[in-house]
Amino acid sequence: MGNVAEVIVFLISGAIVLGGGLGVILNRNPVHAALSLIASFFGVAVLFISQEAHFLAFVQVVVYGGAIVVLFLFVIMLLGVDRAEQVRVEQLSMQRPLAIVTGVMLFGLAMGGLFLSGPGGEEGAVAATGQQSAMVPIDETEPNVRQLGLDLFTRNVLAFEATAILLTIATVGAVVLVRNEGAEDLVVDEPGTSIG
Amino acid sequence: MLLNQFLGLAAILFCIGVYGVLTRRNGVMVLMSIELILNAVNINLVAFGAYQGDVGGQVFALFVIAVAAAEVGVGLAIVLLIYRNRRSIDVSEADLLQG
Repeated sequence: MGNVAEVIVFLISGAIVLGGGLGVILNRNPVHAALSLIASFFGVAVLFISQEAHFLAFVQVVVYGGAIVVLFLFVIMLLGVDRAEQVRVEQLSMQRPLAIVTGVMLFGLAMGGLFLSGPGGEEGAVAATGQQSAMVPIDETEPNVRQLGLDLFTRNVLAFEATAILLTIATVGAVVLVRNEGAEDLVVDEPGTSIG
Repeated sequence: MLLNQFLGLAAILFCIGVYGVLTRRNGVMVLMSIELILNAVNINLVAFGAYQGDVGGQVFALFVIAVAAAEVGVGLAIVLLIYRNRRSIDVSEADLLQG
């Protein structure tokens, strides 16, 4: 039965996604957190495949699991793992409980929206969120990549060009920001002297 | 499988990311939590796209991934710069704009 397999895949990959996410926020060691992040990204990629978004799953693994996590690890190693880990001094005493409250309330808000609009909310009205999710290819006659490419270069070509410019600007900006030249001229603020 | 289940999973992941952004003081970890949030959004986009029978959701998720890559590049450059100036990547120490 295909439906049972779908549920099993969803449960396993969902557990990996959430476990990886929890690992990111609970691990003290930044390297371990980055590895948890990889697990989470791979779980998301499996979810993409189960939704027939094959190309997106591929991009997820290559760009997120590859490039971005490697960039994170590179910066962590550059700053020194021990130094990155030493940020352990207790912050504002209320910050953690407040963050928990914020997270739980956001979650409650999203869940409320989901279940109040789903079946059983208003009489007889079934919003989109309560519907069956599509598990079939959007168009079985064409490969996923071809559909994506057609959509990208017809309907979204302006956004595509804008993204290209954005990436160029981001690359140049990152290089300009961390350029070492003139580093001695930068004003080094003493940690205690804040304005006002 | 209901669309609800994907949206619920994405909501949990989003809230985990929000919690990480709010509690972590290490600038690199804050950026990682932002990645979690963006992934939650991507799950939603793909789920809704599949539900609508349209590749538009997937294309939008592709744009989100590209923007996330740019954001991580600039964000990590800023973290490096903060470290170079202050010998610390504690984001709560970069408080010059605090009144």
